[in-house]
Amino acid sequence: MIPELGYAATVVGFVLALYGAMAAVIGVRTGRADWLRTGERAAVGIWILITACIALMLYAFLTFDFSVRYVAMNTNRGTPFYYRITALWGALEGSIVLWAWMLSIYTLIVVVRYRRRQPELYPWVLSVMLGILAFFLLVMSIPAPPFERLSPIPPDGRGLNPLLEDSGMITHPVALYLGFTGFSVPFAFAMAALLVGRTGDEWITITRRWTIVAWYFLSLGLLIGGWWSYHVLGWGGYWAWDPVENAAFMPWLTGTAFLHSVMIQERRRMLKLWNLTLIILTFGLTLFGTFLTRSGIIGSVHSFTQGSIGVFFLAFLTLTLLGAFSLLAWRTDHLRAQGELDSAVSRESVFLLNNLFLIAATFTVFFGTVFPLLSEAARGVKVSVGAPFFNLVNIPIFLALLFLMGVGPLIAWRRASAENLKRNFLKPVLAGIVAAAVLRLFGVGNVLVLTAMALVVFVAGTITLDYGRAVRARRRSGDEWGAATWGLLLRQNRRYGGFVVHLGILVIALGVAGSQAWSLQTETTLEKGQSVELAGYRVRFDGLSASEESNHFKVTGAFTMTTGRSSFAELRPARKFYPQEQTPIAAVDYRLGWVEDVYLVLGDFARDGSRATVKLQVNRLVSWLWIGGLVLTLGAALAILPDHRKPA
Amino acid sequence: MTTQRKFVAGGLVIVAAIAYLIWSGVSQSVVYFVTPSELLAAPVANKTYRLGGLVLPGSLEWDAKSLALSFTLSDGKAQVQVKHRGAPPDLFAEGRGAVVEGAWAREGYFRASLILAKHSEEYKAPHDGADPGYKELLKSLRGEGK
Repeated sequence: MIPELGYAATVVGFVLALYGAMAAVIGVRTGRADWLRTGERAAVGIWILITACIALMLYAFLTFDFSVRYVAMNTNRGTPFYYRITALWGALEGSIVLWAWMLSIYTLIVVVRYRRRQPELYPWVLSVMLGILAFFLLVMSIPAPPFERLSPIPPDGRGLNPLLEDSGMITHPVALYLGFTGFSVPFAFAMAALLVGRTGDEWITITRRWTIVAWYFLSLGLLIGGWWSYHVLGWGGYWAWDPVENAAFMPWLTGTAFLHSVMIQERRRMLKLWNLTLIILTFGLTLFGTFLTRSGIIGSVHSFTQGSIGVFFLAFLTLTLLGAFSLLAWRTDHLRAQGELDSAVSRESVFLLNNLFLIAATFTVFFGTVFPLLSEAARGVKVSVGAPFFNLVNIPIFLALLFLMGVGPLIAWRRASAENLKRNFLKPVLAGIVAAAVLRLFGVGNVLVLTAMALVVFVAGTITLDYGRAVRARRRSGDEWGAATWGLLLRQNRRYGGFVVHLGILVIALGVAGSQAWSLQTETTLEKGQSVELAGYRVRFDGLSASEESNHFKVTGAFTMTTGRSSFAELRPARKFYPQEQTPIAAVDYRLGWVEDVYLVLGDFARDGSRATVKLQVNRLVSWLWIGGLVLTLGAALAILPDHRKPA
Repeated sequence: MTTQRKFVAGGLVIVAAIAYLIWSGVSQSVVYFVTPSELLAAPVANKTYRLGGLVLPGSLEWDAKSLALSFTLSDGKAQVQVKHRGAPPDLFAEGRGAVVEGAWAREGYFRASLILAKHSEEYKAPHDGADPGYKELLKSLRGEGK
C-alpha cells in the first residue's frame, strides 16, 4: 500500500508541476491573477506531495519494508537507527527525492518572498522553477522510482554501503544538494529577466544573494565531503579529483566567477551577457554533474551504474542549454555594455582576469573528467588522466587566482595610479617576499610551496592593511576598539564578508600546500610488541581483538603511540567485515593536531592476532583545511545578511 | 579601443598559456587502459598503464614481513604477473576484478604502484547471521586475548 501511495504522489506531483508552470505563464500572458494563484497552489501542493513521499520512504525504512526495492538494497535488520534515516539518500533514487524536495522548498520561498515584491519577474520565475521540478518528478516516476517493488520479498535487506555509515553522511548530501538546487533560483531569475526583457539591475541584485546562499551550501558540502574522504576512506587524502568531486567543484568555480563579475555589472554596467552566461553555465553544470556521475559513463567510486537516468538528464540538460542560450541570443541587443574598460591596471581588469582563470580551471576540470570519453570517441584508445594532470594544470591557475585575490579588493576602479598601487601593495609585497626568504632559509626548497606561502602572506597583508585602515577610520569617528573592529564586519557585511571568505581560502591554501609538501607515510608489518617510528612518533602494536556489531563483524587493533616527550595515546584502527561486502572495510584511527595529524590504518593481519600490517601517516597542516573551511562559510554567511550600507 | 584591444591580446596570451599547460599535462600524465592480452601484445617499458583483469584464484602471494604482494591478472586469454609493495587494499581478493596502475618492467612482470580494486554493485543474497569464517576468526582472536 505504502509504495503505491508514494508512486501516486509522485505522478500527481509531476502533473501538478506541469500544470503550475503553464498556469503561471497563462496568468501573466492574459493578465488574469487567478491563473497565477493556481500556479502558486500547485507549488504548495507539490511540496506537500514530495514531503509525503519522504515520510512514506522513512516509514518504509523504519518498518523494514523490504518489499520496496530501495529499502531492501540500502538497509538490513542490523542497520543502526540513524543510518536507516540517512539511507533515505544513500543511493540514487532517494537522492533524487531529496533534490526534488529541496527544490520544492526553494520554490515556496520564492513564492513567499517575491509574489508582491517582483510582480513582473515573479510569474516567469515560478514557471521556470516548476518546470525544473517537473523534470525531477518525471525522473522519480520513470527512470529512478524510489517506490519500486521487489518480488519475491527478501527476508532481509542488503544493507547500506558501509562507507556511508558515518555522521558526515547526514550533513554532506544535504548541504551539497541545497547548493546544487540553490542555483536554480538565480537561473530562474535570469530566465525571467530575459523573457520579460528587463535585464537591468534588479535581477542581478536578487540573484547575487541567492547565488551566495547556493555557494555557501555547496562550499559546505564540498568541505564535509573532503572531511568524509579524509577520515573514512583511509587513504590519508581529502580530494582525489574523482569525477563526482569534479562534478560538484565545477559549478562552485563558475558560481565563484559569477559572484565576482556581478560586481562589475553593478558598478560599471558591463558584462551583462557574460553574467547571464555564467548563471546558465552554473545551473547547467549542476545537471551535468548528476548526468556524469549517475549515468555510469565514467567510472567513479560513487557511480551507481544505472541505466536510463543518464539519457533523461542529458536530454533535459540539452533542452535547458538550448532554450537558455536561444533566449540570450534573442535578447543580445538588451545586453550591450554601458561602460567601457579604461585601463589595464584597474579593478575591472583584475576581475576579468579572475573570471578568465576560474573559467580556465573549470574547463581543465571538465576536460580532465571527460577526457576518457573524448579519447575513446576520437581515437578509439582507452586512456585517462588522473590526479597528476589536474594538479599540474590547476596549481598555476590557483596560484594566479591567489595573487589576484590580494590585488582585486584594493586596486582602484577604472584606472589605478602609481600612488594607489604603492600605497596598497608595497608593504604586502615586501611581506610576501620576506616570508618566502625566511622559509627558504629554513630549508623549504619546493618552488610551488614557496610561491604559495609568499602569496598567502601577501594576500593576508592586503586584507590586514585594508581592515586596519577601516578600523582606524572608525576610531577617529569616535568608536571604541571593539565596536570599530567587530562593528565594521556587520556595518559593511558585504565587503568584509567577502574578505573573511578570502581569509578562509588563504587558510585552506596553507593546508593544501602544507599537506602536499610535508606529509609523510610508512607501511610496515609489526609483530606483537614491535613498534614503528615516523617523524618522532612511535607506534607499538599491542594486539588484536574481535567483536560482533549489530550489522558487521569488527577486528580492532590496539596500538600505543608515544612521542619524544613521553606523552602517549591509544590508537584503535579496525577492519570491518560486512556480510553484504565480499571484502573488509578499514576504519582509520587518527589524532588531529594543529600542526600534524597522526593517522593509522590497519591492513592485513594474522588470524591469531600475532601480526598486523599497518600504514602510518603523519599528515601536516591538514587541520587548517577544516579551519579555513569554517572561516570561509562564516564569511559567506556574513555576506548573505541584509546589506546595512545605505545605497548611495 | 586600444585598451579593449590590449585586453583581447592579453587574454589570448593567457588562454594560449593555459592551453599549453593542458596539453603538456595530458602528455605527461596520460594513462593507458589495457587488458592483459593488449599489454602483452605490445608492452612498452616506462609507459604508465592501467591494467584491468581478474585476480587469478591461487595466484595471490602476500608476504607480510617484506610487504611483497604478487598476483596474476587474467582476461581469459592472457595472464600478467603483477608485483606490488604494500598490503592488499580493501575490496581486493582472488577471483575478483582489479585494476592496477603502474609500468611494465623489463624483467617480464608488471610493477604496480597503485591497486584499485573494483567495487562490485551486484546484489548478493543476505546471509543468515555472520559468515562461518568470521565466527572462526572471532574464536581464534578471543583465544589469543585470554
